[in-house]
Amino acid sequence: MKTKLTALALAATLAAAAPARAELVVPSLSYRTGPYGANGTQYADGFADYFTLLNERDGGIGGERIQVPECETAYNTEKGVECYEATKDTGALVYNPLSTGITYQLIPKVSVDKKVLYTPGYGRTSAKNGKVFEWVFNAPANYWDGASVAIKYLLDENGGDLSGKKIALVYHNSAYGKEPIRTLQKLSEKHGFELSEIPIDPPGQEQKSQWLQIRRERPDYVIMYGWGVMNQAAIQEAANIRFPMENFIGIWWAGSEVDVLPVGAGANGYKALTFNGVGMDYPVYDDMRKFVIEPGKASQGGQYVGSALYSRGMYAAVVIAEAIRKAQEIAGTAAIDAQQLRDGFEQLDITPERLTEIGLPDFGPEISLSCANHGGSGMARLQQWDAEAKQWNLISDFTEPDQEVLEPLIAEDSEAYAKEAGITPRDCN
Amino acid sequence: MEQLIFAGEVFLNGLMTGVMYALVALGFVLIFKASGVFNYAQGVLALFAALTLVGIQKGQVPFADLINAVFGSRLEQFGWTVPAALAIVLAALVMVLLAFLIETLILQHLVGQAPIILFMATIGLAYFLEGLGDVMWGANIKALDVGLPQGISDGIEQVTAGWFGYGYFIDRLDIWATIIAAALVCALVLFSQYTRQGRAMRAVADDHQAALSVGISLRFIWVMVWSIAGFVALVAGIMWGTKSGVQFSLSLIALKALPVLMLGGFTSIPGAIVGGLIIGVGEKLFEFFIGPMVGGATENWFAYVLALLFLVFRPQGLFGERIIERV
Amino acid sequence: MLYREAGDFKTSYREDGQTFPIRLDRWGYYAVLAVAFGIVPFLINDYWASAVLVPFLIYAVAAMGLNILTGYAGQVSLGTGGFMAVGAYAVYKLMTAFPEVNIVLHILLAGGITAIVGMVFGLPSLRIKGFYLAVATLAAQFFLVWLFNKVPWFYNYSASGQITAPERTLLGYAITGPASSAAVKYLVCLCFAVVLAWVARNLTRGTLGRKWMAIRDMDIAAEIIGVNPLTAKLSAFAVSSFFVGIAGALLFAVYLGAAEVGEAFGINKSFLVLFMIIIGGLGSVFGSFAGAAFMVLLPVLLKNLLVGGFGWPTNLAAHIELMIVGGLIILFLIVEPHGLARLWRLAKEKLRLWPFPH
Repeated sequence: MKTKLTALALAATLAAAAPARAELVVPSLSYRTGPYGANGTQYADGFADYFTLLNERDGGIGGERIQVPECETAYNTEKGVECYEATKDTGALVYNPLSTGITYQLIPKVSVDKKVLYTPGYGRTSAKNGKVFEWVFNAPANYWDGASVAIKYLLDENGGDLSGKKIALVYHNSAYGKEPIRTLQKLSEKHGFELSEIPIDPPGQEQKSQWLQIRRERPDYVIMYGWGVMNQAAIQEAANIRFPMENFIGIWWAGSEVDVLPVGAGANGYKALTFNGVGMDYPVYDDMRKFVIEPGKASQGGQYVGSALYSRGMYAAVVIAEAIRKAQEIAGTAAIDAQQLRDGFEQLDITPERLTEIGLPDFGPEISLSCANHGGSGMARLQQWDAEAKQWNLISDFTEPDQEVLEPLIAEDSEAYAKEAGITPRDCN
Repeated sequence: MEQLIFAGEVFLNGLMTGVMYALVALGFVLIFKASGVFNYAQGVLALFAALTLVGIQKGQVPFADLINAVFGSRLEQFGWTVPAALAIVLAALVMVLLAFLIETLILQHLVGQAPIILFMATIGLAYFLEGLGDVMWGANIKALDVGLPQGISDGIEQVTAGWFGYGYFIDRLDIWATIIAAALVCALVLFSQYTRQGRAMRAVADDHQAALSVGISLRFIWVMVWSIAGFVALVAGIMWGTKSGVQFSLSLIALKALPVLMLGGFTSIPGAIVGGLIIGVGEKLFEFFIGPMVGGATENWFAYVLALLFLVFRPQGLFGERIIERV
Repeated sequence: MLYREAGDFKTSYREDGQTFPIRLDRWGYYAVLAVAFGIVPFLINDYWASAVLVPFLIYAVAAMGLNILTGYAGQVSLGTGGFMAVGAYAVYKLMTAFPEVNIVLHILLAGGITAIVGMVFGLPSLRIKGFYLAVATLAAQFFLVWLFNKVPWFYNYSASGQITAPERTLLGYAITGPASSAAVKYLVCLCFAVVLAWVARNLTRGTLGRKWMAIRDMDIAAEIIGVNPLTAKLSAFAVSSFFVGIAGALLFAVYLGAAEVGEAFGINKSFLVLFMIIIGGLGSVFGSFAGAAFMVLLPVLLKNLLVGGFGWPTNLAAHIELMIVGGLIILFLIVEPHGLARLWRLAKEKLRLWPFPH
């Protein structure tokens, strides 16, 4: 009897998980615990707050309120899958798991379940090819774009010539960190710089050997693909060996306040890529204050508003909201489903004017997607850390990556995937 | 020749890293010696200690998130800051309290159980403390600053540059860590050799039954040992926290201390120190010489393989007590 | 009155030695199997399969494997995650190299490959004992993870080092890849779990199992009475790794579909499986299942209760969940150090005497 009761109670609680089906559901697979919790928290806050703003100010999008149920993944793929399965039947439209591992897991699933997977700045790079990856979008930029933009920036700094220079890539020894290697190798052939690859095993709080190696080899520049504690440890070690910070460039995931603040003054001048603006100098924050922060509706009391990762989470929300708007326009109904949202994404066109309209002038690059192009232009810019003022400053304009190098790589990788998974690329005309 | 000079630098840095590993390993050894518990939670203890230290220093309200979630309030800070020295003392007191609680609530009920059960209990404890630390102080990354210097030591760089034409890099934090670790070991040795409690501790380590029969309170000794281990964890937490911020990953340093333990033996304090140095130097030199050939990032496993090789020849570790088996 | 040996007359040694000597137990066992094979597949949906049942069955297989090594042969291992990775990568390489061969064969072969690897890493157990061995097996864990991360051959030179399971079918049903349905995945895992449980049960009560237990209880004494420690220990490592390898292969191919070695087969996995057998009960096949059920269900349950039930913020809920899991583990060890299997046995003893315990 006792076991039966327990089983009943069990079934009841398990079933209770599913929220009522209504509204537009945008699940947030976030992680606020675990080794990357400090980073994931801020991103999830920004993501949630923007939708709260839309709900409070405009009553949702096109009159439909947006529901953002959160599910904790702890950056763990199994929990990520559980979260996906738990939310997918509640009318979920789009997933943004902020984890390359979970993304790889979901890519095959979303094409069967017909859900949109939006992975801005992470995930599988070749998902840019919409012919193969029908349901996955990674605009505005991906890992390979990032590597190329960084090299372009360095080319600019050196008057267009990098031959004979030494560039070291310090990377998180995981799927994510390995992404840029092939791109950088191709670019090094093209521009004649010397590339050395330095892996760091996650979590990576002990990096002495690697930085001693950098000190011995004296590379001219260091590019870092890191996440979590690895970033702080690397910036700290770089400061310790007095590596000139202005020659140290991180990918966008290695460019948040949590990465540089613990290092203090030593981090001054550190550069990182970004595809979104930072700080609170945007008109949207007036509304954000009025409708979200002051009434106490901000996620976690709004302690991270305006930080780099918060802004990136918000940017992801902005793009999703714009895609929903577009989808509503095409479908002629406010209550869209995931299939219609995908069409919305494929015709997404976020112009600078539109960004100004929603109170975020020059916040992100122009995004214009199509059936074949799910990755946008790949434009990114650089930001630099000012340790005294404790803020990031944007130091370059949006730069386009070297598509000449990237496009064949993307074609090659997505074709390999299509072959492996038995997908016939669809026709996009 | 140049390789040798570089190797010298790697060697020195390996020694320093080894000291940092030894600091964590020390806590394991203390507890294992006195109570036969293989305390997996030592790494989390270090994290918890460092979190508490930062929390006290910054005047954070403990359990702020929980209180806010339940009562809908918006508490964050008390609005004061506590000087570093006082905060360290307070954090040490918290660790003593924690030791007492662990003894009363867990260990006491598990007396006489198989070692693996005790080991699992400490893993449970590690989970619990990990959650508790986050609930108490929040999961964000915190900078820890108790006034320890960081960065390259100019003196050493200039001197070595004069000798070899290549300035060695030694982190000032590592130098301090070495000094503090040495002081800590001296204090522990003095304590266990020359005080009543210290002798009682050694007696318990030698033989529980015999110690009990001469009137030593096992409970008191266990609380004391866990307090000392908590204090060692605090010191380790300060060092590692200063290095890379206080956050979840701090607890993973326990994994770096395990090969040190294997190599040095679970029951020997000098073993922990020597083991730490061998592991630190070994993994750094391997990464320097062999790493580039196999693609790097070898440190995680090499430490274990090195320890394994040692064990095949000496199954009880370098300084461990000989295992005598009788049928 | 029903739960009695009385009236259930055994006429052969074979009947006397059966796993379920009481008739009601036997019926219960058949009923569970009937429900598991005949009813659950029709009710199951994606959520139940992915969040609860499939991981439960896979972890039960892994727990049985570790239980053979730790519970029966007494060799504590923390390398389970690494061995699961061997199974996963083996099945991946086999699947992509020989697409025409049946997937079930690949999974079994992956188990075999893992068994060989397990034996190699089991060699130090002949010299090293106790916690020293436990920590030594971590060498296997870290080395294997590093190896699969480093050598591109293992992940077919893909850009990021992720492996993705292509679609493979059995009797016309897709059992790997995204198109496989919840019921099929569940049934495949259930078949493996049931067959392997049967194998484990019969191995452990035969000669081999008795040798293992002799080694566990005291290896020197066992050696004196004629048990060869070399073959006993290595066979334990081999059989255990075979189970663990199959679990790893299923986890990757059937459950996850894509995996990254450091994340999916890290040290946490080793601890998780060790927890399962401690909570479930060392040296018990039932305990492996009970422990796996406990460790898979508890977090899901707590999460749904705290987030779905109380509406707490997810981060707070996740932290409290950690505290509760940790607290429960300690509580379990205090209340019943021999695990759920012992509780179950005690309950059955009580039931046999009920309602007249004296």
